[in-house]
Amino acid sequence: MSALTASPPQAASVPAPTRARARRRLHIPLLLAPFALLFVIAFVAPLVYGLVLSLFRERFTGLGWNGSHLAFAGFHDYARALQDSRFLDGLGRVLLYAVIDVPLMLAVSLVLALLLDSALTTARRFFQALLLLPHFVPGLIAALIWVYLYTPGLSPLTSWLGDIGLHVNFFSSGSVLGSIVNISLWQWIGYNSVLLYVALQSVSPSVLEAARLDGAGEIRTALSIKVPHIRPALVVSGLFTIIGSLQLFTEPKILQGSAGSTVTASWTPNLLAFSEAFNSNDYSYAAAVSLLLAAVAGVLSLLAMKLVGRVDRSSQEADS
Amino acid sequence: MTTLNPPARPSAPSSRAVRPARPAPRRVRHSPLGRGLNLGVCAVAGLYTLLPLVWLLFAITKTLPDLYGSNGFAPSGFHLWANLRDLFAQDGGVYPRWLLNSVLYAGAGAGLGTLASVMAGYTFAKYRFPGREKLYGLVVAGVLVPGTALAVPLYLLFSGVHLTNTVWSVLIPVAANPFGVYLARVYAAGSIPDELLEAARVDGAGELRTFFTVGLRLMGPGALTIFLMQFVSIWNNFFLPLVMLTDSRLFTTSLGLFTWNSSTSQNPDYLRMVVVGSAVSVVPLLILFLTLQRWWRRGLAEGGLR
Repeated sequence: MSALTASPPQAASVPAPTRARARRRLHIPLLLAPFALLFVIAFVAPLVYGLVLSLFRERFTGLGWNGSHLAFAGFHDYARALQDSRFLDGLGRVLLYAVIDVPLMLAVSLVLALLLDSALTTARRFFQALLLLPHFVPGLIAALIWVYLYTPGLSPLTSWLGDIGLHVNFFSSGSVLGSIVNISLWQWIGYNSVLLYVALQSVSPSVLEAARLDGAGEIRTALSIKVPHIRPALVVSGLFTIIGSLQLFTEPKILQGSAGSTVTASWTPNLLAFSEAFNSNDYSYAAAVSLLLAAVAGVLSLLAMKLVGRVDRSSQEADS
Repeated sequence: MTTLNPPARPSAPSSRAVRPARPAPRRVRHSPLGRGLNLGVCAVAGLYTLLPLVWLLFAITKTLPDLYGSNGFAPSGFHLWANLRDLFAQDGGVYPRWLLNSVLYAGAGAGLGTLASVMAGYTFAKYRFPGREKLYGLVVAGVLVPGTALAVPLYLLFSGVHLTNTVWSVLIPVAANPFGVYLARVYAAGSIPDELLEAARVDGAGELRTFFTVGLRLMGPGALTIFLMQFVSIWNNFFLPLVMLTDSRLFTTSLGLFTWNSSTSQNPDYLRMVVVGSAVSVVPLLILFLTLQRWWRRGLAEGGLR
């Protein structure tokens, strides 16, 4: 019942159901049913099934002639994952990737959004369309194209960089993570900066005018009015970037072709789950790795939201 | 920090002294330095965005030896038509089939998913029922669960009921779109006046009929936005088809190109096929994007603000 009291105000004008209408409330489950069905199949069932698979093991009785039965194996697979250096290294790698990728992504997107929004930039629509282009290139295709660009024979990129004194091998163990960060930046900077730019459009013009009259310059206005105003959009961008970082799979999978010795079959947790399931046929371990990754992503997202919420509150207190 | 932008400051005191009756136009005079810096940053970002696409444009016109031998950012012969002909004929003409599959998965998945999301979002926005916020919380939690983390468990689930390597094993999971429910709730709350629903009820329309005649019509633009976003995300999905499908006749373009790319050591010509196939697979989405640009912006606005 507490859910009723927590309902947002926009529903307040809906009249309370009369007894006659209460009998005809079948439309609510009917309207919810299609999505509920899809949600159960795509989210709830695999989570539950994965959990069951990871907690139970097939046990063969006797010599195995009498068939098998499922026996509770406890958290054996989870304990194993938490001691498996392949899983821990992979997790460390995607976390490092997130630590590099998320701040870079947000900073560059924010700068581009502010530039687009400032009175200086002309041809905004053209520029937005241009920046959004990579968003419509499937992730796998983007990875393929960039791997071609990274390959010395196929593109002049490495020799250009060599000409200005940067001798990079994009596939070496030291730079492969950076090569992947670059692919992700290329794909998502435009999307994120347009998202932030659109959010900036809701800053009230009178507030900006007041700031200008008070003598605030373009940069000061950006830092003290625009950035705080679009904090929710920044949180959304950051959240999706974090979730995306942990799922790293496609780009390393493609890079395996060119940097096979560096990008191993267990280079990220998703690659590990994939190879455990389809190369080793160890389904219960694959399920455990997948669920652990989902749990880490969920906890990190929640932490990010909480953290931003606290910063929000303390800055409001400082304002008052 | 304000000292970095001095020209805007001197004008301030005078304009404060003589307050204009109407707000001054937003155009402000800027220093050439600021303008140049701004243009420079935008130009660099634009070049960075275009670099791989320009390479791809040149690459699709080249023969296999020229892909390796010539400058990647300069033309070298024009073999686009021959390349396209070879692409569509390769492996018994499987590529057009992949394109068609991608359109089917993305079109049907997004269509089904959007209708389900709009129905659910409308219900969450317009009805009060016990447990509403708890159910809604579950949906939002679904947004936070990484999709690929569920792919392996989904495979195990579908193989338990012998449905892997079927159209359904891809179509049903990608249709579920919790973020769409979130957006649909926002749209429904903002675009459907309760008075209109009440009027329909007074006229004797049932609740379901009211949804389809009043609710769905008013949510049309929002629904199109949800559809487009979901279409792109399904089109871009690679992990789930990779896990689920083994029959190449069911592949998406991304999965098909991946298998070709993995076979370049046996047949180097696959490199040319992957390059041309990549470019072709981007075209449908680009057309969709360029013709429906304003719906994208709208979706981004609603998704980012709340």
